[in-house]
This record gives sequence, C-alpha cells and structure tokens, in this order.
Amino acid sequence: MHGYMHVTNNRIMSAEQIIFYIFASILTLSALGVITARNPVHAVLLLVLAFFTSAALWLLLEAEFLAITLVLVYVGAVMVLFLFVVMMLDINITRMREGFARYLPLGMLVALVIAFEMALVLGPQHFGLERVPAPMRHTAGYSNTAELGSVLYTVYLYPFEIAAAILLVAIVAAIALTLRKRTQNTRYQNPGEQVLVRREDRVRIVKMLSEQEGKRS
Amino acid sequence: MNKVANYIKSLFLWELILGLKLTGRYFFAKKITVQYPEEKTPLSPRFRGLHALRRYPNGEERCIACKLCEAVCPAVAITIESEQRADGTRRTTRYDIDLFKCIYCGFCEESCPVDSIVETRIFEYHFEKRGDNVMTKDKLLEIGDRYEKQIAADRAQDAPFR
Amino acid sequence: MKLLLQLAAIVGLSVAIALSVAFLTLAERKVIGYMQARIGPNRVGPRGLFQPFADLLKLVMKEIIIPSGANRGLFIIAPILALAPALAAWAVIPFDDGLVLADVNAGLLYILAMTSIGVYGIIIAGWASNSKYAFLGALRSAAQIVSYEIAMGFALVGVLIAAGSMNLGDIVRAQEGSVMHWFWLPLLPLFLIYFISGVAETNRAPFDVAEGESEIVAGFHVEYSGMAFALFFLAEYASMILISILAALMFLGGWLSPFQGIPFVQDWFAWVPGIVWLLAKTSFFLFLFLWFRATFPRYRYDQIMRLGWKVFIPITIVWLLAVGLAVIYELPWWFDHE
Repeated sequence: MHGYMHVTNNRIMSAEQIIFYIFASILTLSALGVITARNPVHAVLLLVLAFFTSAALWLLLEAEFLAITLVLVYVGAVMVLFLFVVMMLDINITRMREGFARYLPLGMLVALVIAFEMALVLGPQHFGLERVPAPMRHTAGYSNTAELGSVLYTVYLYPFEIAAAILLVAIVAAIALTLRKRTQNTRYQNPGEQVLVRREDRVRIVKMLSEQEGKRS
Repeated sequence: MNKVANYIKSLFLWELILGLKLTGRYFFAKKITVQYPEEKTPLSPRFRGLHALRRYPNGEERCIACKLCEAVCPAVAITIESEQRADGTRRTTRYDIDLFKCIYCGFCEESCPVDSIVETRIFEYHFEKRGDNVMTKDKLLEIGDRYEKQIAADRAQDAPFR
Repeated sequence: MKLLLQLAAIVGLSVAIALSVAFLTLAERKVIGYMQARIGPNRVGPRGLFQPFADLLKLVMKEIIIPSGANRGLFIIAPILALAPALAAWAVIPFDDGLVLADVNAGLLYILAMTSIGVYGIIIAGWASNSKYAFLGALRSAAQIVSYEIAMGFALVGVLIAAGSMNLGDIVRAQEGSVMHWFWLPLLPLFLIYFISGVAETNRAPFDVAEGESEIVAGFHVEYSGMAFALFFLAEYASMILISILAALMFLGGWLSPFQGIPFVQDWFAWVPGIVWLLAKTSFFLFLFLWFRATFPRYRYDQIMRLGWKVFIPITIVWLLAVGLAVIYELPWWFDHE
C-alpha cells in the first residue's frame, strides 16, 4: 500500500481509489469493532460488515465471483448460523471480564509477538508496485467466473477434488458425532411418516340408520 | 405397494392440486357478502334487539311492577322500584335496564305476564355519554310508543306459536 | 449525464416496485376475499382501487414505537436491512431484450447473494425487539431461509447448466424457440422446487411460521408499527415479485412470446412488446402466491425442515445430474444447440 501511495501522491486520487479507501477504512474499523465490541451480537454484526466490505474490495479487483461467493456463503449462510447461536447464548458480560487484569500481561506478550511476526511477514517491504505488478485491466467481455472455472477444473483439479473430499469427510464426521439412536422408550414424531398419512387410513365413513330415518317419515 | 403409490402421489403434489382446485372454484363462485349500510339481511319477528315498554291502547302503561323480569334476568341488568299509585294500582317508579349488562336473551319478554317489556327489532344504536347505557323507564316507554305498530305486528305474527 | 440517466432509471424502477407492491396488497386481499366467497375491500375509490393509498396514509401517520428494552440502533436499522437487498436484487433483472439496469455476467449469483442477505433484517428485528415472540420468529425464519436457500441454489445451478450462462439475459435467450423450448419442461422438478423454495424464502403461507400469528403473534415484527412495519411489508412483497419475475425469466422464457414457433399466430402477436409477456408471466406466479395463501394451512416447523432437507435437496441433486448428462450428450430439442 505504501508503494501504491508513492506512485500516485502527485496526482488527484481517482474515483476508484476514493472508493477503495472508503471501503478499506470501513473494513479496518469494523474489524477493530469485532474484537472490541462488548455485546457478542454486535461483534458478529460487525464481522458481517467486514465480510461485506471485503467483498466490495474484491469487486474492485474484478474478482466478482469470489466477491459474490463471499457474500453468499459467509454473509448469507455461515454468519446467519453464527448469529443464530450467539443470539441464543445468555452471556454474562461482567463475569467474562473478571479475569481481565490477571491475564493482561500474558495477553499483551502474545499480542506483541504476533504483531512482530506479522510485521516480518506482511511488512511493506514485501508489497508495492516494484515487487508485485498491478493487476491487469481486463476488457468488458472478460468473465472472472469462467476464467476461475476453467483454471479450477484443469490446472488445480486435484487440489480442488481433495478439498472437496476433505469437506465431505468433515460433514460425515460432524453428522456421525451428533447423530444418536433414540432410546427405546422415547416417544417422538416422524414427520416423514406423518405427512404420508391419507384420509383413507384414518377415517372410515359409515352409513348409519339414523340417516335414512328422515326419508321414512 | 399402496405406500409407493401414495409416495408418488405426494411427489406430484396431487392433494395440493385438489386443494387448489377447490379454492379456484370458489374464486368464481357467487359472492355472498352483504354490503351492510346499503343492504341488510332480513330480520325475524322474534329478533331480540333494543328493549321497549308498551302501553295499552288507552294510554295506560302495561307494567304492573311484578318484578318477574327482574327475577329472571340472568345478567341482573334490570332494576325495578315500585309504589302504590293514588288509584290503588301498583306501578313502577323506576325501571332501569343496563344495556352493558344485558345479554339480549329475551327472558324478560318471556316472563312478562302483561306483554309489557319487549325486545324490538332495533339493533343500530349507540351511546355518546357515560350513563347513556342505562335505559330508564321514560326512554323505554318512548321507544315503545314510537314503534308500537311494528311491535304489535311482530307479536301478532308470532302469536300462533306461543 | 449517463450517471444521471442511470440514477433516474434506478429511481423509476424503485417507484415502479413500490407501486406494484401497493397494488399487490390490494390484489391479495381481493383474491383471497374472492376465494372465500367475499368481495374484499371495495370502499376506497372505485371497487376499492385506492385502498393501498389509504393503508399507506395510515401507516405513515402512525407513531413508530420503540420498546423500552429494545436495542435502538439495530431496531431502526433492521427494516432497512430487510428492504435494501430486496430492492438491490432488481438491478440485474432484464425486462426485455437489453432492457436491464446492470448487465452483469454473474447475475444469477448476484441475485442469490442478495436474497440470502435479506434474512439479516428479520434476524436483527427479532433480536433487537427484546421480545420473545419476535425472537422466536427470527430464529424460525433464519433456520428456514438458510435451509431453503440450498435447494433454491441447486435449482438455479440447474438453470445455469442448461443455459450455459449466469447472465439472466442469456438465460432467456437460451430458451428461444417455442413454449416447448422453455426450461420449465426439461427442468420441471427444479422449476417446482424453485418456486416452492421461493415461497418459503419469502416467508409466505404455507411456510409463514416466522410470523405464525396463531402461536407467536406476528413473529419478528410484533414490536414494529407505522412506517417501520411498512418497510418490512414492502420488503416481503418486493421479494415476492422478485421470486415471481425470476421464475418467469428462468423457466417460462422471460420476455419471449408464448406463441413463438407457431406459424401465423406468431405473427399476429409479433407487435406485443416483450415486457408485456414478462409481466403477464410474473402476474401468474404472483397469483399462485396468493392462491397458495388462500388454500394451504401452515406447515408445522419440523415438516418444513424435512421437506427442505430430505425431499428437495435430494431431488435437486439427482436432477442436476440428469441435466448435466443431457447437456453433455446434447439431448435433442433442448440442448442440441441447433
């Protein structure tokens, strides 16, 4: 980002850059909010905002498939379930903050180490236009989705399939862990059987004598 | 076999289509709405609406303050006070019906030995002040005077069944 | 200048949607009335035609009550969050050949993303109201929408395999030919599942457990009144229209004439603009929404979940396989690319 600024600082910022900085600052602020918000529901909602703004940043990079998938999968499904669980938790905030002072020195140490390591790996010396070329502008007909698909199913087919298999195993494992046989004595409903019930199974229409009595008199 | 048939039936939404057919038919059916202020449903001569106290043709009020209606009223809506008049007859000095309590069961009318208290066909009325809900003797007599023709006709029509 | 024109188009589209919603509410009351042998609202204006405006006036005049225990900010944001995606999704809807606000290649994906974030308005409304009924409604609705999104997404995948594109315009153009070329026939199970999931996604009867007035009063919007409630109403009906127009675009040939491919008749109706056909098809689906509401009793919650996970998802997966094979082997009539 440093190099990027360096190149353009003697020109007026383009509209795209303005948008970038707006979204970037929203993203940073909301990410900050996620870890500082006291109310867990607020934290989750700020995380949603962070996902949304990063999707917007990806759109600026012409990665529309990734951006929309981020919104669809993370915002639309994962975070909904997240919110679902967090909303049902009854968290006592004061009790959670009790040990704050005791763990502060250790926490600060860990945080400093992490910050140092991140500065080492993600520092400005690794980025900038001198090291990483600016992404190419594409023509109007360019479809990021089609590009991504063709790469995914040719060059990266095996990693893709392996990732899919791992996910499948994870699903099977999660279901196996939570699925339990109900004990003999529990009564429960099976909606599948319930909806298959027909009127004919339950109701027998009987012709009664009293019906015909009216005719006789 | 039957289960399989049912399963296929449910897969093709057969029962749902039957339901849709029923409502679809009613979509074109004749509408039975009565456009109330302009149109009204016919009323029975036995309709039990607002109360009235009747008089004899000579102008004498019918009520003899026997208090049968007060006794029979299941909602305790009727309050009667009486005294002896100068001519020796017993008459009411007070005859109140609290319309908020009244359930319009018609027992007062049934119990009345002189057909004095009756329920009329009037059902469109309202109160504007607190206290208006109590029908006093004067108000009841006034209603009786105003609608006597209708009341008498209704009673005559219903007479063969009593 | 171009920006201004685009802005005007956006405003025009929003107004058109709001008006359609207004008259859809009237149509709903009339249709359901007729199906119950009543005549529905008929006092405001000729045959009750101005009823929506009377309703709107009432809602605008009413006070917005914020419950004392509510989370103020989120309580006010929630209806906006419900409405915004429902309107934003309209950007990629083509009304005629080329008549589209944003001709995006990933249009279908965009719509799926937009409809999936509409649930936030409902969840936040339920949570921020600080009321147990609202909260229960929000939970029900969240679980239901997430579940049916999967079936709906699979149905859309079937469409994009069949059309070979995610651009809604291209999807319609791929159905060119005749009524028999439209995707409703080769994708019939997906068509049914898409529409039923759409009914569930919009929390409409018989899947309206999120508002279930008989058990949780009105669900997520119990505490809302006045204009804030109207926004929820607007969002629900706008997504209903959206689902209907999408069904028309993807399965019933969008703006294509139903008489296409029939000699002579096709020429008689050549003068009808495509948008008329599209709107007629959309109205048909909207009528189905209302018809369902007048006919079916509400599903029980566990039955809804069973239907979504154990019936719809397996059927869509099987049919996706069938569609994939049909496209690969260029099944004549639909997928032979002339």
